[in-house]
Amino acid sequence: MIRTARALALAAVVAVAAGLPAHAVQPDEMLADPALEARAREVSKELRCVVCQNENIDESNAELARDMRLIVRDRIVKGDSNDEILEFMVARYGDYVLLEPPFKASTYALWFGPVLFLLLAGGVAFAFYRNRSAAAGTSGAAAVPPPADLTPEERRRLDALLRDGDGPNT
Amino acid sequence: MSDIRTDTAPAAADPGPQKMGWGRRLIFIAPTLVFVVLLGFFLKQLGEDPSQLPSVLIDRPVPAFALDPLPGRGMALSSEDLKGDVSLVNIFGSWCVACQVEHPYLMKIKESGYVAIHGIDWREKDPMDGKRWLEKYGDPYTRVGLDPDSRVAVDFGVTGAPETFVVDKTGVIRYKHIGPVTDEVFEKTLKPLIEELRKS
Repeated sequence: MIRTARALALAAVVAVAAGLPAHAVQPDEMLADPALEARAREVSKELRCVVCQNENIDESNAELARDMRLIVRDRIVKGDSNDEILEFMVARYGDYVLLEPPFKASTYALWFGPVLFLLLAGGVAFAFYRNRSAAAGTSGAAAVPPPADLTPEERRRLDALLRDGDGPNT
Repeated sequence: MSDIRTDTAPAAADPGPQKMGWGRRLIFIAPTLVFVVLLGFFLKQLGEDPSQLPSVLIDRPVPAFALDPLPGRGMALSSEDLKGDVSLVNIFGSWCVACQVEHPYLMKIKESGYVAIHGIDWREKDPMDGKRWLEKYGDPYTRVGLDPDSRVAVDFGVTGAPETFVVDKTGVIRYKHIGPVTDEVFEKTLKPLIEELRKS
């Protein structure tokens, strides 16, 4: 019972959350043709709202985002392809306007960076653990040398100390 | 048993630390290196305002446009008007608070007669709002065009108001200033640039 109630509550939260972003696009902005409107939504999701910076224009309530959505729709109606619209925006706002950065020389660090870091971290971890297990397996004793036996002289001194609790000097 | 205590015992212990040497060292060096590199990036970013996007339009001709004038004001603005002399193109709006901060400075520039300032009145809900605003605070502009739906603002890659573009004699965008043009901005940045552009 409780489990079902929880599942229902979770489903409700997810449904509400999923529905929220759609509200930015007002009914009066939409294109009559559902196919064209779907393309407009698709393109809008790839464009950054340049005012709010971390939102796409499809989800943003900023006024400039609304105007950009209308420009996107305008260009769709005029026959631009999705890529042409993205190029149009890049020509004005730079690559920054694309939420997914383009793959080119200046962005290689961005694309390969995480993989490189992962490999680097993996390599370091591998080297570290291999060394450690090697140290523990074969030369664990060598790492901490065993105490050498006492020389006869030392043993005599120890015996003397144990016997009367005083150093030889006193 | 005393023969165990020889000089070879400490020597045998040596290869241990030495063999672990570079692996171990890497463990310490790699994070330090990464930290230093990241620190460098962060320090560089620290002084920068993330909203100050570099404009891709620098050294490109102004986008072709022709805007309507403010009601009853005349002197509309089009891209053709930006050829002939160096000029400033200022994006503003009566709704824009930072534009009010900037306004007295623009008035001073106008009074000095140093350079013509053209205005793009951006996203005005009612064209009269812009007109009344200029009547109230003064009108520093030579020409003003209305851009209610951001068509021209987007062509200029505008992200917010105020923004000010320096346009050279041939109608090519040479500089973009984001935020209010203050005395300091004008004297230190815009004026020297305008002077240089006039010579060429």
